Amino acid sequence: MSEIRITVNGRRFRVRVPPMKRLLDVLREDCGLTGAKEGCGEGECGACTVLLDGEAVNSCLVPALQANGRKITTIEGLARGKRLSRLQAAFLSAGATQCGICTPGMLLMAEALARGRTGGRAIDWREGLAGNLCRCTGYTKILEAVKEV
Amino acid sequence: MIAPSVGLPLPRTDGFDKVTGRAAYVDDLRVPGCLHGATIRSTIPHGRLRRIRRDPAFDWSGFTFVTAADIPGQNVIALITDDQPALVDGIIRHAEEPVCLLAHRDRERLLAGLRAVTLECDPLPAALTIREGLARKAKIYGRDNIFKEIRIRKGEVRTAFRGAHRIVEGTFRTGLQEQLYIETNGMIAIPERGGRMSVLGSLQCPYYVHKALKRLLGVGDDRVRVVQTTTGGGFGGKEEYPSMLAAHCALLARKAGKPVKIVYDRLEDLAATTKRHPSVVRHRTAVSREGRLLGMDIDVLMDGGAYLTLSPVVLSRGAIHAAGPYRCENLAIRARAVATNTPPNGAFRGFGAPQTIFAVEMQLNRIARALRIDPVELRRRNVLRPGDSTATGQVLDAGASGPLVLEEAVRRSGWSVRRASFTKRAPPDPERASKAPRKGTASGRIRRGLGLSLFYHGAGFTGIGEVYLDSHASLAVTRDGSVEIHTASTEIGQGMRTTFAQIVGDELGLPPSMVRLAPQDTSLVPNSGPTVASRTCMIVGKILANAAADLRDALVQWAGDSPRRAPGRRATRGPWNPQQFRRLASAWVRKTGPKVFTRKYDRPPGMKWDEKEYRGDAYGAFGWGVNVAEVEVDAETFEIRVPRVDVVLEIGTVVNPLLAQGQAEGGTLQGVGYALTEEVVRKNGRMANAQLTNYIIPTTADTPEFRTTLLSNAYRHGPFGAKGMGELPLDGPGPAIAAAIENALGVSIVELPITPERLAKAIRARPAHE
Ligand code: FES
Ligand code: FES
Repeated sequence: MSEIRITVNGRRFRVRVPPMKRLLDVLREDCGLTGAKEGCGEGECGACTVLLDGEAVNSCLVPALQANGRKITTIEGLARGKRLSRLQAAFLSAGATQCGICTPGMLLMAEALARGRTGGRAIDWREGLAGNLCRCTGYTKILEAVKEV
Repeated sequence: MIAPSVGLPLPRTDGFDKVTGRAAYVDDLRVPGCLHGATIRSTIPHGRLRRIRRDPAFDWSGFTFVTAADIPGQNVIALITDDQPALVDGIIRHAEEPVCLLAHRDRERLLAGLRAVTLECDPLPAALTIREGLARKAKIYGRDNIFKEIRIRKGEVRTAFRGAHRIVEGTFRTGLQEQLYIETNGMIAIPERGGRMSVLGSLQCPYYVHKALKRLLGVGDDRVRVVQTTTGGGFGGKEEYPSMLAAHCALLARKAGKPVKIVYDRLEDLAATTKRHPSVVRHRTAVSREGRLLGMDIDVLMDGGAYLTLSPVVLSRGAIHAAGPYRCENLAIRARAVATNTPPNGAFRGFGAPQTIFAVEMQLNRIARALRIDPVELRRRNVLRPGDSTATGQVLDAGASGPLVLEEAVRRSGWSVRRASFTKRAPPDPERASKAPRKGTASGRIRRGLGLSLFYHGAGFTGIGEVYLDSHASLAVTRDGSVEIHTASTEIGQGMRTTFAQIVGDELGLPPSMVRLAPQDTSLVPNSGPTVASRTCMIVGKILANAAADLRDALVQWAGDSPRRAPGRRATRGPWNPQQFRRLASAWVRKTGPKVFTRKYDRPPGMKWDEKEYRGDAYGAFGWGVNVAEVEVDAETFEIRVPRVDVVLEIGTVVNPLLAQGQAEGGTLQGVGYALTEEVVRKNGRMANAQLTNYIIPTTADTPEFRTTLLSNAYRHGPFGAKGMGELPLDGPGPAIAAAIENALGVSIVELPITPERLAKAIRARPAHE
């Protein structure tokens, strides 16, 4: 067991977990934040995407130890109360969520791509989101939504 | 009075919870004292289970262990026929068949426990393919391994073949396809005080699970309660399988006396749960010089897997759609579902139709080539028009939208110009392909092609299926004066929460936001049938619309009887604005007691179906569609890209264009995967690629540009004219993409998915054009 300190959505957590416990499980079980989902457990679907110090990672591949002392953003941290982030609002109005299981990961990946935008350069959304699988939407409405912001 | 909402692109009502991460899926629920459960499965496809051996050296404290001997009721998963056990009892009939169950509070301990159990089996010869099943390499079901045989006959086939200008033949195959909902199957069973078993989970059909659990536990209706949790996709994959998973959780929970949760990891979900039936469809078609279909002789084979499950119904839909949306007065269709020693195949969006539609569309292209007729022109000459009758003899009315979608798609896609511009070149040389570098798109290596498919899809259960289902749905008025929908129909991403609220709201003259939805909990809501078969909006939506009309009339009458409360003005949709309604309805309930309006399915007048002869009105309505797909094929690596698909669908009144487009795009993309990459590889009856790394579904990078057009030809018996549309989009992409590849390379495509390996084989088999 190791003691891990992480800051999730601005809130500090101190948990005792096996060092190799997946960050995904730490968030879901020890922090009670179930927004990040498991779709495959092997880095292929992106449903577990969270931001680690602002960078998108598959939390199913990150051992707890590696997250120690770092800042994490999950889907629960995107909205301010009832006020949705611009991407969240765009997803809602464009019809970019259906069953919703891919949505948290998809939103965080989009958030990372939007934040990482440098200069006036256009984002290659199709490449950027290619690691996040969605089986419902056919991606078309997702691509429409991200282009709005 | 407020403006109607049907027809508006309203955002989904459950969208806020989904974009904020608040929506609670089954694995997100916290149930105190819950144990983790797991399943021990067979690794051989056929054999006798001699013994389940638990390592005596292992510490079994804290474990719950369940075998078939622990089942209090009957060891069956009740659905159509009672052939499938919940746990193996004696004979193993497929790999991954559940044999026994374990539960423990600690996940790590549970995994250790799984490793300490061994199954001792005597293998038996296994039939792993349709051919081996037919040849009775193993005895699996009945005397001949045939789950179901269906024959559809019309006219005089033999005479038609005698008078033919030409007879065209073709055999077409399709493989397994996984639904691949991103949320794997998961369930929690909670034993309650008083002996009731509650089951919560990811599922499409609460009452299917309810029925199965009653038989398994040997208890009455009120001793089982099934609740749907937010469900992360279904596509048919959560139609019948959840009954199995619920059975396992319930057996463990009953024995442990504690809640038990099982959530499959992706590997187990891929390896063990249902898939789309593989098919072999043989066509012989008699045609006239002008390309009229004089006679069709069609043989359909589907691989049902080891148990009957839903195969007869899948087969039925496949058979009915096997002649496509074409007029042919002489036809014979023989369809058989065959038992094999593989995991049972089951429901998947399209339900048998994508397989047979692929075959008939490829056959039409073959005929077009044989007669040197443009494929669009050939379809124009044969497409069903109002007054024509389908394979089962169903005479179509003005709802026959085939010609409409065809012309619209030809026009919008620029078919003639684009098709002509993709000039044919000599087919590439497969020998060179192996040496070709993987990257690089030197001009000339990329061949482009355009292909088209025309299809239709019946909405709702087949024939008198809806009558048997006898679906009920209710509307309740609450004390605070709002309206609550009571149905067992489930939200699986398609948007029924939103469309139901729109339909009921419009019928009552209220905004959809004033219409709530009761939880999908069998202890609270009536059985409105399963959420399958493109039936939710069209069938259950209509029942709700009728119930809403009853509610409105009753309220108007009550208000009218008490002049002092009467709101006065009488408008068509209800003489109230939302505030007036709320006040009035609230007073109504407080003064005269609870109000619940229940309606059941009304069969549209004149619908006739003969189940024995397979003749008559198979469906209340058909959706119609055309896909025009453009492909780019790398002539050396055989990599295939689909840059654009034009999708034209006629689905009756579009209740919510935003959601309908989402269904169209999502369903089409699943069809693109079916066409190109989604392949299940099996070794000795077990899935060898049960991982997302090598079972490949489309990503944003390979999604075509969809140009979607939704057309409306209102259906008289649907709510506000709506028809079902959930499955229709998946029927088109396979044949359209295959046709585009034929156009690009001058080859003949006979099998899905069209992997680079298969394409190389098709090129080797040229000259293919008759
Ligand atoms: S669960 Fe982490 S990538 Fe799929
Ligand atoms: S919305 Fe269902 S998987 Fe994306």
